[in-house]
Amino acid sequence: MLAYVTRRLGILFLILFGSSFILYNLAAISGDPIGELRFSDDPGAAQAIIDLTRQLRLDVPPPLRYFIWLKGVVGLFWGKADFGLTRDSLSVATEIGNAIPVSIRLVFVATFVAIVIGIAIGIASALRQYSRFDYTMTFFAFLLFSLPIFWVAVLLKQYMAIQFNNFLSDPNVPFGWLLTLSTLTAVFWASVLTRARVKFWLTFSTVFAFTSLSIKTLEILGWFTNPRLGPVVIFILSVGIAFAITHISVGLSNRTALNASLTMSVFTLGWYFAIQPMFNSQTSLLQILGLGVATTIVATITSLFFSRIDRGPLIRTTILTALLSAFLIVVDKYMRTWSAYMSEDAVNYRPVPTFGQSKPLLPQEDYWIRTLDILVHLLLPTIALTLISLAGYVRFSRGTLLEVLNQDYIRTARAKGLTERTVIMRHAFRNTLIPLTTILVADIVGIIGGAIITERVFGWYGMGTLFNRAIATVDLNLLMGVFFITATLAVLANLIADLLYSALDPRIRAGSGK
Amino acid sequence: MKILKFGKKRQVKEDLDLTGENAIANKETAGLSQSQIVLKRFLRHKAAVFSVGILISIIIFVFSAIDSKIGPISINGWWKHKTDDLPPLLYEGCPDGTVGCPTISMRPKWLGGAGIGFGEHPFGQDDIGRDYFALVMRGAQRSVMVMFIIGFFAATIGIVVGAVAGYFRGWIDAVLMRFTDFIITIPSVIIGAVIGAKFGNLGAAVLAVYLGLFAWTGLSRLVRGEFLSLREREFVDAARVAGASARRIIFKHILPNAVGVIIVSVTLLLSGAILLETALSYLGFGVVSPDVSLGLLISNYQAAFSTRPWLFWYPGFFIIAIALSINFIGDGLRDAFDPRQKRAISKKERLRAMVGIRNKE
Repeated sequence: MLAYVTRRLGILFLILFGSSFILYNLAAISGDPIGELRFSDDPGAAQAIIDLTRQLRLDVPPPLRYFIWLKGVVGLFWGKADFGLTRDSLSVATEIGNAIPVSIRLVFVATFVAIVIGIAIGIASALRQYSRFDYTMTFFAFLLFSLPIFWVAVLLKQYMAIQFNNFLSDPNVPFGWLLTLSTLTAVFWASVLTRARVKFWLTFSTVFAFTSLSIKTLEILGWFTNPRLGPVVIFILSVGIAFAITHISVGLSNRTALNASLTMSVFTLGWYFAIQPMFNSQTSLLQILGLGVATTIVATITSLFFSRIDRGPLIRTTILTALLSAFLIVVDKYMRTWSAYMSEDAVNYRPVPTFGQSKPLLPQEDYWIRTLDILVHLLLPTIALTLISLAGYVRFSRGTLLEVLNQDYIRTARAKGLTERTVIMRHAFRNTLIPLTTILVADIVGIIGGAIITERVFGWYGMGTLFNRAIATVDLNLLMGVFFITATLAVLANLIADLLYSALDPRIRAGSGK
Repeated sequence: MKILKFGKKRQVKEDLDLTGENAIANKETAGLSQSQIVLKRFLRHKAAVFSVGILISIIIFVFSAIDSKIGPISINGWWKHKTDDLPPLLYEGCPDGTVGCPTISMRPKWLGGAGIGFGEHPFGQDDIGRDYFALVMRGAQRSVMVMFIIGFFAATIGIVVGAVAGYFRGWIDAVLMRFTDFIITIPSVIIGAVIGAKFGNLGAAVLAVYLGLFAWTGLSRLVRGEFLSLREREFVDAARVAGASARRIIFKHILPNAVGVIIVSVTLLLSGAILLETALSYLGFGVVSPDVSLGLLISNYQAAFSTRPWLFWYPGFFIIAIALSINFIGDGLRDAFDPRQKRAISKKERLRAMVGIRNKE
């Protein structure tokens, strides 16, 4: 195994060396870094050409100049890497250091949401193969596959930002919209939950009535300009979460698990009042994470107290319930910050932005307003990226689950008399995740590479923008810096995916034989 | 069905279902060749068949609308405007004081519309008055052409590299696969930029060839995996013992067995290619003005969306229609080539099969 990894790493360095050499020379012939200055009438142009030539070593031909760059990068091994300077005499390392967090912020949420929703829809549609729901989801997956992201982005800007802001200035849901929203929600849930026709219409009408009534109530309460959950709603939702999680993970017949989860809902209610004093303008991310850890510990202790046998699934269920409920408390806090945020001068009652990664004019002292601003700026790019990448996960998890359900061990599990939920969640779902991990690793690493087009459309300043700028201005050091990071991660991800696959699936052994 | 005791009714019914389904499946494929089975299964996928129709009509419509040249064949377009005509900007009847709005009408006269027809400028006019219908047609021609060129080059290289690597294994495999890794790390945006800068604007076809030379990596890996498992099968041994050359085994024996996976993957490659071209053109590294492509049109007029949305909708519609139909064709092919593919068996068929079995007993 070690020999295999060493060999792969060695080859990896060779590949990176080769491709960076080629890329350097390709980029060098793609343009002239001082082309504009040559034709400039500016009296300082001649001096600028000399300065730039000296600074970027343009007097050395590109194939040799590459080795000057390489010498700096190889310094990585003894701790003083030198990625060189950009055209504007800034350090490439600093530029990249600034861009990576932005890229991660932009793409991480979208990837996470796409994975969770994508897998959920994929599984639901595999379990209902050839149903109307399956066909609809297949159609939407293909539709999303076929959309150019910049096209989606323009639509989102128009409908999710400009028109939504217009709606917020006069928050009355028109009757047509109310009808459409309720119908869509009802059709979705009815087709996910039911198969028989009578049950379908029953679910449909219940969900339809519930959705339209709650939208109308929210409208009357002025919820859209002043949203909040409050302790009662949080408690009700938390009970709902407890039932849902228990139902999915161990089944409602497991009374101990249900009781433990419901205890966590009661705990959440107390937690809500205990936490409120901590949620002031001085709150920090560390404190919120600390609260999450505290919640996990309480949940673990509670579940240990409840369970006697088969502790693992019960602990998982309880922790998940507790964390989701605690998350609601944070959501509630953000909701109550909403109207304060809207009335800020920089926001001026048009909260959903179409451009940029934060509002520079916003007062910086309040933690909640500051982070809410970041979240609001994340909204549109996240939706766009999620829509684009969702389809892949839906198709992939659907296909894999269908494949897994045909396996012999599933038949064995059913023959043993296990419940359908155990068969799906423990035997089938877990094996579905194995091939998913491999595309997951690649995607998560792709996060660092940023999203060139999305960043450009929404005016973010991440790795994609750096890359774009480097090509447009023939900034070789910057280009190579970005390339070095993204390519290294991509090749490493490939290796990790291979190793992970063989670790997860004992039938496949990386490196053993051919 | 030997024992039909009370209480065991459900079990018996399930048995019947199972044999019924198998009987239906077997009856369907009896006496047919492999390609006939595939064709039959493909024709059953309604969305895919519909997509084939849509795609062919789009291609014919787009290439006949304005002057185009496919290799030696040149077509004279039936549309009255050319991409470089400069008719005056029309403003009559346009909403909110805009100019150059679309004249296409879908509402018949008896419903109070202007009648179904194209009008003077069906998709409107751009900033300087050029006919937008002609521009969109030219853009769609470019996109379709780029798509097929990328697809052709990527498929050829990918299949050959994957097949050779998978069949010969050993050092040939190692070298080819490392070469593939090497190509993967070079971003296609760079290629576009280099070609644009070094050779000037050589046109969409050259761009497509270069992109195709870098787009084959995924396919080659897939084909290699397929070959690695197929080469261990008995029929390959048989061919080898019979004295077949490596070339013959690769192309005549193994490749036809891998063709299902390959075709599906190539269709995905095609729909990816059309999106790649639009994305590159959008960033300014693909097709550049004065040539036209769908991505370029959207890029140019995205700011006009709130005032003149038609400049944005029509090119987008063509991108989506082409990519969507190709994706559906790919899905249909996947189902058709997969022998394990089960299909939904209707209640009627199931009932008929059950009755048939009962009658036999």
